[in-house]
Amino acid sequence: MREITLSQAVNEALAEEMRRDDTVFIIGEDVAEAGTPFKVLSGLVEEFGTGRVVDTPIAEPGFMGLAVGAAMTGTRPVVDLMFGDFLYLIMDQLCNQAAKTHYMSGGKMRAPLVVRTNLGATRRSAAQHSQSLHALVAHIPGLKVALPSSAYEAKGLMKTAIRDNNPVVIFEDKLMYNDKAPVPEEEFLIPFGEANIKRPGTDITLIGTSSMVQVCEKAAEILSCEGIEAEVIDPRTIVPLDEATLLASAKKTSRVIVVDEGHQSYGVTGEIASRINEKAFYHLDAPVLRMGAMDVPVPFSPALEDLTVPTPEAVAEAARRLMSGEMIHAA
Amino acid sequence: MAQTKTNTEDYLRMYAQMVRIRTFEDTANQLYLSAKMPGLTHMYSGEEAVAVGICEALTTTDRITSTHRGHGHCVAKGAAFKEMFCELLGKEEGYCRGKGGSMHIADQFNGNLGANAIVGGSMGIATGSAFTAKMQGRDDVTVCFFGDGATAQGLLYEVMNMAALWKLPVIYACENNGYSEYTATAEIAAGSITARAEAFGIEAHQVDGQDVLAVNTLTQDLVARARKGEGPFFLELMTYRYHGHHVGDINREYYRSKDEERDWKDNRDPIVKFRGWLVDQGVASEAEIEAMNAEIKQDAAEAVEYALNARYPAESEVDMHVYADIEHALAPHTA
Ligand SMILES: Cc1ncc(C[n+]2csc(CCOP(=O)(O)OP(=O)(O)O)c2C)c(N)n1
Ligand SMILES: [Mg+2]
Repeated sequence: MREITLSQAVNEALAEEMRRDDTVFIIGEDVAEAGTPFKVLSGLVEEFGTGRVVDTPIAEPGFMGLAVGAAMTGTRPVVDLMFGDFLYLIMDQLCNQAAKTHYMSGGKMRAPLVVRTNLGATRRSAAQHSQSLHALVAHIPGLKVALPSSAYEAKGLMKTAIRDNNPVVIFEDKLMYNDKAPVPEEEFLIPFGEANIKRPGTDITLIGTSSMVQVCEKAAEILSCEGIEAEVIDPRTIVPLDEATLLASAKKTSRVIVVDEGHQSYGVTGEIASRINEKAFYHLDAPVLRMGAMDVPVPFSPALEDLTVPTPEAVAEAARRLMSGEMIHAA
Repeated sequence: MAQTKTNTEDYLRMYAQMVRIRTFEDTANQLYLSAKMPGLTHMYSGEEAVAVGICEALTTTDRITSTHRGHGHCVAKGAAFKEMFCELLGKEEGYCRGKGGSMHIADQFNGNLGANAIVGGSMGIATGSAFTAKMQGRDDVTVCFFGDGATAQGLLYEVMNMAALWKLPVIYACENNGYSEYTATAEIAAGSITARAEAFGIEAHQVDGQDVLAVNTLTQDLVARARKGEGPFFLELMTYRYHGHHVGDINREYYRSKDEERDWKDNRDPIVKFRGWLVDQGVASEAEIEAMNAEIKQDAAEAVEYALNARYPAESEVDMHVYADIEHALAPHTA
């Protein structure tokens, strides 16, 4: 199968959906001729024109609000939020307006829009350009949240997001834009709420999201050399969450680590861990472990920044401790 | 497209719509005072000429966004009493199946994209609605209602900038009722409100919001021009709310005097003024007007009676409508 970058995959998904449905448009800062700072959208304005690839002033709440109104009246905006860190600026329009439109109107109105943004540290960008804030929006009923872990997921989830009749926030890992993966030439969609078993295993379950899927896969390789067979699962969307697949794996292996790049406290890892505790408790041989980003603002210095994100070695080490039974006493 | 209001029927409908708003509000206030209504509500009484003057210049396919003080906009855009009272009381037959209440009434069938409990929260939505019209080559116009207090929100300046850059068919309608909650406008708004719009190159007008014909004539002109791509426009409508900020704001002399309230009610009431004009011009007789008033009163009484007896939504509705295309958001997983 051909291999393309995550960036190309997103570009293809957008182009295909814009060709299929002329109500789809892109709006954000420097999305047209510049094709975004990450060059993900290069070429789209040439095909679709500035009427559908719309450059805005630097006014995140403004263009987010505009997108909500446009979505409510019959279009499907894809809002380009240059950095995930800027989510704080659009919170009212996203969480008070878009997320609640369908509910507050008793199902009479809806806001089918996509916010495409990013997450991920270790780009030496410091605390305001490195955050992974998907837990913030996953907390809000009415929003769906997708976390692609490779070019393949980036394409399939984006196409599903655009066709969804709800507001969807999709976070791309900005360190993976140039990473290649096999992506079929023919059209495909990835349904929301279907986890992907990236690597089958029997001894321990590693649940990883977005950037942390690769980390878990590398940890599984390390562990395999030591005779520990880890199962790696990528939920792909955290809202909706494919609980069934996660619980089945937890029941099978009886040990689980949840790895996610958002801050550990009050985050995605805690949510998934507690669902497993509540629903698979009697199948577990050890407490479910959370591994998130360190609870500090992301520091600039490489010497410090690298300490804040889970690594394959750290995940492998935690797995060894769980396997050894040490954690039973620690709990 | 809206025609110039030159005939009797149009004048009488404008009058009736203003009386319908006043009657709706008086009835809603009674519901609150008799503890029959859950929560609080913000009365539009006194400002009727604004909503009616503007909405009578619109067609059903033109859209509006509304505010926490939104009953007037809703009635003026064509909503029915029954579904409105049902919504205020949290009943199943309300416009939003009881999920929105007074501050979130929406009536998308008549082009009302909804009230909003976030001050200034709908400025983006209105601008986006106008963006859709432009993108899809339709000639409908969107009116964004908001208060003087909302002009302090940064969102307004972000979206006016974009609307002006892209010539969107949107009219920003600032209802300046002199107060933002319990604070006089002079204390929260520096400089001129219309000049802020003008700074973006947006044509702005200040108009007497108690004069329904003045509001309507100006709006008709602006709507026609917005349809031709000459928008956006900005209106500052000078008006007054008769009640407190919300129905529970009873003792309010610490921020505005009874004399001031009396002066607006006695000398500048939009309904009394227009009624006098209708009689003077021979459009309607006192008797005909009294008959209209009585009929509207009767309508409201019947609607409220119906709503009081209507069903609440079933408990199973609590997790419905969280997501489009998912019947119950909390349906047990297959695990
Ligand atoms: C963002 C936000 N801040 C504060 C409030 C509380 N609040 C509700 S109405 C209001 C005053 C609004 O004044 P104005 O815009 O002039 O509208 P009016 O009530 O006079 O119609 C305030 C402060 C709110 N609902 N939303
Ligand atoms: Mg006010």
